[in-house]
Amino acid sequence: MNFDPRYSGRNFSSVGTRPIRPDGIDKVTGRARYGADFNMAGQLVGRILRSPHAHAVIKSIDTSKAEKLAGVKAVITAKDLPDLTDGDAAMYDILDNSMARKKALYDGHAVAAVAAIDARTARQALKLIEVEYEVLPHVTDVDEAAQHHAPLINDQVFTEGLEEKPAKPSNVTKRTQFGHGDVHKGFAQADFVIERSFKTEQTHQGYIEPHACVASVNPDGTADLWVCTQGHFVYRQHCAQLLGLEASKLRVTSSEIGGGFGGKTHVWAEPVALALSRKAGRPVKLVMTRDEVFRASGPTSATSIDVKIGANKDGTITAAEATLRYSCGPYPGSWAEIGAMTAFACYKLENVKTVGYEVLVNRPKTAAYRAPSAPMAAFAVESVVDELAKELGMDAVEFRIKNAAQEGTRSSYGPVYGPIGIGPTLEAVKSHPHMKAPLKANQGRGMACGFWFNFGGQTCTDLNIGMDGTVSLAVGTVDVGGSRASLSLVAAEELGIDYSQVKAIVADTSSLGYNDMTDGSRGTFSSSMATISAAGNAIKILRERAAQTWDIPVEDVVWEKGHAIAKGEKYGNLAPLSLKDIAAASGKTGGPIAGHSELVADGAGVSFATHICDVEVDPETGSTRVIRYTVVQDAGKAVHPTYVEGQYQGGAAQGIGWALNEEYIYGKDGRLQNPGFLDYRIPVCSDLPMIDTQILEIPNPNHPYGVRGVGETSIVPPLAAIANAVSNAVGVRMTHIPMSPPRILAALDAEREG
Amino acid sequence: MVEVTLWGSLSAVAGGKAKHDIEAKDIRELFRKLAEQYPGIEPWIDRGIAVAIDGTIYRDTWSKELPPGAEIFLLPRLAGG
Amino acid sequence: MAGVAVSTTINGDAVEYLCQPDETLLDVLRDRLGLTGAKEGCGTGDCGACSVIVDGRLVCSCLVLGAEAEGRKVETIEGMAHGDQLHPLQQKFLEHAALQCGICTPGFLIAAKDLLEKNPSPTEEEIRFGLAGNLCRCTGYDKIVRAVQDAANVMKGA
Repeated sequence: MNFDPRYSGRNFSSVGTRPIRPDGIDKVTGRARYGADFNMAGQLVGRILRSPHAHAVIKSIDTSKAEKLAGVKAVITAKDLPDLTDGDAAMYDILDNSMARKKALYDGHAVAAVAAIDARTARQALKLIEVEYEVLPHVTDVDEAAQHHAPLINDQVFTEGLEEKPAKPSNVTKRTQFGHGDVHKGFAQADFVIERSFKTEQTHQGYIEPHACVASVNPDGTADLWVCTQGHFVYRQHCAQLLGLEASKLRVTSSEIGGGFGGKTHVWAEPVALALSRKAGRPVKLVMTRDEVFRASGPTSATSIDVKIGANKDGTITAAEATLRYSCGPYPGSWAEIGAMTAFACYKLENVKTVGYEVLVNRPKTAAYRAPSAPMAAFAVESVVDELAKELGMDAVEFRIKNAAQEGTRSSYGPVYGPIGIGPTLEAVKSHPHMKAPLKANQGRGMACGFWFNFGGQTCTDLNIGMDGTVSLAVGTVDVGGSRASLSLVAAEELGIDYSQVKAIVADTSSLGYNDMTDGSRGTFSSSMATISAAGNAIKILRERAAQTWDIPVEDVVWEKGHAIAKGEKYGNLAPLSLKDIAAASGKTGGPIAGHSELVADGAGVSFATHICDVEVDPETGSTRVIRYTVVQDAGKAVHPTYVEGQYQGGAAQGIGWALNEEYIYGKDGRLQNPGFLDYRIPVCSDLPMIDTQILEIPNPNHPYGVRGVGETSIVPPLAAIANAVSNAVGVRMTHIPMSPPRILAALDAEREG
Repeated sequence: MVEVTLWGSLSAVAGGKAKHDIEAKDIRELFRKLAEQYPGIEPWIDRGIAVAIDGTIYRDTWSKELPPGAEIFLLPRLAGG
Repeated sequence: MAGVAVSTTINGDAVEYLCQPDETLLDVLRDRLGLTGAKEGCGTGDCGACSVIVDGRLVCSCLVLGAEAEGRKVETIEGMAHGDQLHPLQQKFLEHAALQCGICTPGFLIAAKDLLEKNPSPTEEEIRFGLAGNLCRCTGYDKIVRAVQDAANVMKGA
């Protein structure tokens, strides 16, 4: 890679402005095409049959009646998706999650599928499929599942990460540990120690667009997949591997995506749609219902976390310890591990230890959800930090400032930090007018901090200059929140042209090299790096063409403000050539002008946020309203500040829903009782106040503009900020998320009874 | 020679030691030498290990050079949302 | 099942179609008429992504049968702009970045249009309750509310 990603501290003309996004017009006129908005000639309707049992052996499946129904063109089971994963355990789990092979592992697990001429026929066909189950004992609670007498979900799982290999299988798949120093010594030095246990319930990403795709497999092994996804190249790899297709022959086009938040990072129904199409010999459209989205896709972990923090009288934290148990659904994951890494990342700690346990339960496979695992850990830690500050008689912000990590601090997960923004966000909060606004009866104010790593990754971008001097930018990172606007700004900045001259698109998998998916807040971070690099390569060609036109050495041509300029006294009479001039002549100077870039955008900058929240709690009903909310977060550099604000606000709103309302409720029968937006209530417009934002810019040294990535951190502090606000409003410490009215009432009652 | 620190769980498959001195010029060589010394690490490398060099996390750039005296920390390669 | 013949008006145009008796207006719009601007987020009337206006009344088209459109006037997102002239709400949604993924946007625009036609000067609270039937998971509603406020001001001045 001959590209220098280091921060250069330059001035900007386009970056930092707020133009209208290029895909906006299609989205306000209804023309934008999402997963379910695409059709192919002769397409069939695919539907999936799902297990009603939380845990059951599939003894037999009889599809003969369904196959005989007029209008049914294909019926498939796991037999039609043979195991081609070749020992790749993670892919095998994705395969098994797409279609149960031996056991149904959760309510909603796919067991068979049909393709028929219309939706009604497909639904009828599902009813004709006879599945014989042997129902097994199930477990859905993370703490119960970790007990040694719990029903075993997979008898081949032995806890990894223990000093000695255990003799018996367990639902605990892995133990992980992070930290440094000696916590025993640290607690011995403490004047005050607070220790508490917390629980958080499972939530769903709640994207409004259900998973949807159109699959078309041809007899010659070529195939097309139109799909809503956060990563069409990743979907191509998954599907090609699971279906036995050659990756280059499977063309995946990402539709507009109606929300993902981590929930569209691996395949669910797509291999099923491809298998149906292959068997039926026709295109198949498969769209999940909302019920299926809740029962079978998404959710984040349910957790159970113990936190212990000690401090001495002057307010220095002497030791911090946490044990985190995260549910993974029925397949091993690394969710507690991430929680264990992020839990204490905001603080400068001499002695810190975190231990994570991954726990299998009979719930849907846990998927990433915006800064996955971090919000729950932050809830537990920031609650104890607040309580400890009170115990010490210190202001909650001052206590955090005193213990905040800074450049040179060894992070709780290992490495030493470079320049970071936790201190600046805390200072900004300390002086924010929100902190001084008066509160009324039953109102309380809380604040909390949050951390997320941010990722980079493999990225490939094409920049093509048209003969009229306009620029098309093809990127491979799916645009989930406005990145086509930010990347157009970057291209305009580099080339020195106007934003309106650039048109960015998300290219399909056959038009561009591999790109990792849009996850880990990497979209603008990574693709802006690739765009800067691609623009640099295009500028090199533009300079060569100008040099050729002028018949002077290319070394004497520089690129400034969208023009090639001949540098030197002797060229005084040469008028600068604009990009448009050079593009117009390109046919006679060597043909099309383009810049390409493929790189690994590593060195993503860690990100911190501090949130302030005011709530009002009705002591009669336990109902809680957020009445004011402020987000302060380090963006590194905000390329399009309006969309950065949007990320801050959206993450805060999701966190508010998680804190107060949202939870998966399972019955004793192991079935999900609220798989719909009526009973799984995400915040609506009338639930929320305006969400104020403050963007800080502490440059990431590993990006030319200082960009860090902004998408995820904003969901990390809200759970804790709201819990702290509730505690300050009504004087009870809430240890169970969501803080729904019954839980708040119960806590108030318990407090009254003393 | 660089000093490499492994996170808790990884050190369990590396002789129980968190710190290792290894002669390696880049991440690729580091992984190769670790796997030679501790075959138990290989599946972890396959699953993904990120390398923090002086605090900056590299997930995929195996050609990244390890400057002498740099702080090298191995971490799990994570999923994002 | 025998189809039902329906004559209706959609965005000012006379339209005729055959649909099944149990088929929703949303399915008719999307699958039979190619008007995919209305989205199905839930199919149970909880998310508002399929909002359309029928005879001046805001409805979730997933809760209306295709057959019920007989003789009525249906307005969808596809009819909101006049030629190349965006409706002020559409323009303000763009200017305020009141959309991220955009899947809820058609429903919000239809619901906001209905709101402003009935109440040209809504307070913030009236906007928030007026749009409470539409779910957005990306924006936290802040920029949507501001866009509607701004559009209301523009429309009053017009």
